[in-house]
Amino acid sequence: MKLALKIWRQNNASSPGKMVDYTVDNIEPDMSFLEMLDILNDELIVKGEDTVAFDHDCREGICGMCSLFINGEAHGPDRLVTTCQLHMRKFKDGDTIYIEPFRAKAFPVIKDLVVDRSSFDRIQQSGGFISVNTSGNTIDANTIPIPKHDADKAFDAATCIGCGACVATCKNSSAMLFVSAKVSQFSLLPQGKVEAKERVLNMVNQMDAEGFGNCTNTGACEVECPKGISLENIARMNREYLKSSLI
Amino acid sequence: MSNSPILKSSIAKKIAMALSGLFLVTFLSIHFFINLTSVFNEDLFNTLAHFMGNNPLIQFAMQPVLILGVLFHFIMGFVLDFKNRASRPIGYAKYNGAANASWSSRNMIISGIVVLSFLGLHFYDFWIPEMVYKYVEVKPIASERYFHELVAKFNSPIRTSIYCFSFFFLFLHLWHGFNSSFQSVGMNNKYSKTLHKVGYAFAVIVPFGFIFIALFHHFNH
Repeated sequence: MKLALKIWRQNNASSPGKMVDYTVDNIEPDMSFLEMLDILNDELIVKGEDTVAFDHDCREGICGMCSLFINGEAHGPDRLVTTCQLHMRKFKDGDTIYIEPFRAKAFPVIKDLVVDRSSFDRIQQSGGFISVNTSGNTIDANTIPIPKHDADKAFDAATCIGCGACVATCKNSSAMLFVSAKVSQFSLLPQGKVEAKERVLNMVNQMDAEGFGNCTNTGACEVECPKGISLENIARMNREYLKSSLI
Repeated sequence: MSNSPILKSSIAKKIAMALSGLFLVTFLSIHFFINLTSVFNEDLFNTLAHFMGNNPLIQFAMQPVLILGVLFHFIMGFVLDFKNRASRPIGYAKYNGAANASWSSRNMIISGIVVLSFLGLHFYDFWIPEMVYKYVEVKPIASERYFHELVAKFNSPIRTSIYCFSFFFLFLHLWHGFNSSFQSVGMNNKYSKTLHKVGYAFAVIVPFGFIFIALFHHFNH
């Protein structure tokens, strides 16, 4: 396949960026999208040009490191996959592909397609954990009976890899799907219920402080989420936030 | 760990928008029911309109609350839209919003502005003349006048068209907004699917019912 690429290039956080045109040839349908970018970068190195910076790590769809807004969608046109799992068979010979960084005020661009998603880390640090007593008398969590329904819901929420696709795709740059998944994965389980009130209040406060937009329930985040995190989590977070604020 | 006041939080604003929207939906239901009677029974419509226009509790307690509800919903809508736009200072070169969300959900501000503009015309047509009639010119009570006032307004094909156009945007606004309000207040249980069906039915029946009423009076009087 021969493809025309329009890629956002930006030297650093403070410099202005622009879309730059590239062409790549001999792209195999079985290649992943990141492998296609690897080939582009190899060609740029040969030409002595600056390579395109992009995030990646495990390339197995589980680490949440890769990002990219491809042809107007977070992680590209495929569903329930991260960019590293997106294959070039999803495109046709002669296609023009727009490749942009995840855009949000809370996700500033570091270079080219790499954005700073540490705002998610700070939200996690504000309450996305349980306090564990490590005195030696800790009870094994597996000894506490948990209804399967709750365990399944908690596990579904816990599959969120924190990639930020929800923020990138939301027209308001809202982080509520991410935050609600992190709130839910703990609050559904007995170990997490103890600190549920503080958790939801602090995580929402930190989310607001980071400058994310507000959720308007378009549902775009759920569609684009590579892990299929449900909007049900946002309803649960809203409920818990209201309850924790009033009681 | 410090907690900021609830009213400043994004979720509180979202819930406030939902509750004010649900309040307006309640009013809309009453308004629709009364208007619908104008199609079937002129006297019943006059009786109900007279009651709504002259009952002290409705006039001096409910009406101000309603106006405040409308103002709050629109002002908060604009405030949130402005903040949401500021959350992405640099937009995408290519953004395929239609791939993952409906037009009505992505453009609530547009449908809201159309409905707000319509309200301006609606107030000019009915509410302001009614206030002038009762409280400025202090004319005598005439409980039979409402039906004729209604019919007279729908003589004009231009006004009728504007009303129908606006009701279509009301449909788009309700199609997303009504069900969205349940999600915002955290309602997600075994009744949600049924409630969503009711929400979609309301979003269709009421606006298109208003269109029917407007066209009925335009073509029959």
